[in-house]
Amino acid sequence: MDITFKNVSYTYQPNSPFEHQALKDISLHIPSGSFVAIIGHTGSGKSTLIQHLNGIIRPTEGEITIGPYTLSPDKKLKEMKELRSHVGVVFQYPEHQLFEETVEKDIAFGPENFAVPEEVIQSRVKEVITQVGLSEAMLARSPFELSGGQMRRVAIAGVLAINPEIYVLDEPTAGLDPRGQQEIMDMFYTLHHEAENQTTILITHSMEDALQYADYIIILNEGEKYMEGRPEEIFAQEEVIKQVDLELPESIRFIKAFNKRFNTSYPLIKQSSEQIANLITETLEQAK
Amino acid sequence: MLNSMIIGQYVPGDSFIHKLDPRTKIIVIFFYVIVVFFANNALSYGLLTLFVLLAVAITRIPLRFIIKGLTPIWFLIFFTFLLHLFLTKEGPIVVDWWVFTFHKGGIIQGLIISLRFLLLILMTSLLTLTTTPIEITDAIEALLHPLNKVKFPVHELALMMSISLRFIPTLMQETDKISKAQASRGVDFRTGKFKERLKAIIPLLVPLFVSAFKRAEELAMAMEARGYQGGEGRTKLRELTYVTRDIVMFVIFIIMVIGLFFLRN
Repeated sequence: MDITFKNVSYTYQPNSPFEHQALKDISLHIPSGSFVAIIGHTGSGKSTLIQHLNGIIRPTEGEITIGPYTLSPDKKLKEMKELRSHVGVVFQYPEHQLFEETVEKDIAFGPENFAVPEEVIQSRVKEVITQVGLSEAMLARSPFELSGGQMRRVAIAGVLAINPEIYVLDEPTAGLDPRGQQEIMDMFYTLHHEAENQTTILITHSMEDALQYADYIIILNEGEKYMEGRPEEIFAQEEVIKQVDLELPESIRFIKAFNKRFNTSYPLIKQSSEQIANLITETLEQAK
Repeated sequence: MLNSMIIGQYVPGDSFIHKLDPRTKIIVIFFYVIVVFFANNALSYGLLTLFVLLAVAITRIPLRFIIKGLTPIWFLIFFTFLLHLFLTKEGPIVVDWWVFTFHKGGIIQGLIISLRFLLLILMTSLLTLTTTPIEITDAIEALLHPLNKVKFPVHELALMMSISLRFIPTLMQETDKISKAQASRGVDFRTGKFKERLKAIIPLLVPLFVSAFKRAEELAMAMEARGYQGGEGRTKLRELTYVTRDIVMFVIFIIMVIGLFFLRN
């Protein structure tokens, strides 16, 4: 499902002393099947933007279309529930939303609300619990006796079980240990590429994650769209990025410094540490 | 809905009223609440209304914002008015049509009670609108201080109050966050049968309680780690002192009260 924002603005508590415009005239298009990273500082409007994607909030101006559904300021969407079954949102610290007696029931909660048949739910629960890296033995336990990292995984499994076409991830790895972060992000990445035409929208602070996983990047600044483009286009413009206090990803910074020091011209693109190590050896050998 | 509620909400500002000593505000409001019941004619009510409206004007908080924020209370006011309209049978009949028999006394009584209600609520919400919760608790602690003599735990009471006030916005945010997350998982809080909507509250309440208990524990630990041991021997960062401004306020209020007793029959 394609996502289109047309001149969308959002104001919190309009006509009050607390009035605050969080989004200003945002227009963007996210084609079906893309992996988009939205980056920006705290208060840049990222979280407000994604809450529009499943109709949690309605724009105060402009229009949003998600597949066949249209969200506009004055009209309530009749098929809201339907929309939400297509858009799965993993909010920040999703473990706060756990409430059931057992992990199994909590994971099944979403699909039950969307009236997925019982047998399908059964098999999906088993499938997603392994996907997030937990064992089936966990299903019978209470979510409240798990560790923080496990709770996060259960909460994520609860969204996976809905089996949406669009994933919206609001810093899904915040507060996890480095290995957990890597595992969760890799899981979403594989999921994205295995499913056909799945759209993933990732909100993140980490430029490294944006470079590693996304094929398109949107930068927000103070509620406005600051720039957008493919990662290599974005990260080629260091000066422009620095103006909104963002940094280049570590690996790009390294290649850049390397190019300067050794007079090489390796492209500023996504590369693993192995690939970078190969570049270095190559250069050193040539220099001999 | 949560956004438009103004009860307990503080609107920052630097008006005369914002800067008054919180004790002054509490004392004036306390006596105002009593004095409201002494008004008994149009002029005395006029004076009381003028007093509140002037106070609101001085705070520079838009009246429209306050009125909108009182939405849940409008219903109560309207309901009281209707009760009086239908149940008070005094004076000549004004309307007599089908089941509607309204007496003049009923209409007047209804209007007066509604006005009284409105004045009380406006005046008391002015306190919370212009005073931070911390100031209010400090003031209450100071005003209740004499009760220490009879072993009344004034400090503990004030602490309990400030903690609960402090956590109202936090819990509101938490509620908002969790209800958004559950709505994304297909919970429908707004439509459906009453029984279903009641059931939809469970996924909201359980996480809310869990996080509230967690917060309480963390807070207790943080306080202990910083050496908190109750009110004894504890000094204050902000000492409350009465200044000229407060005396001016008291004088104005006393003049108004005297004026009120002249105007009433």
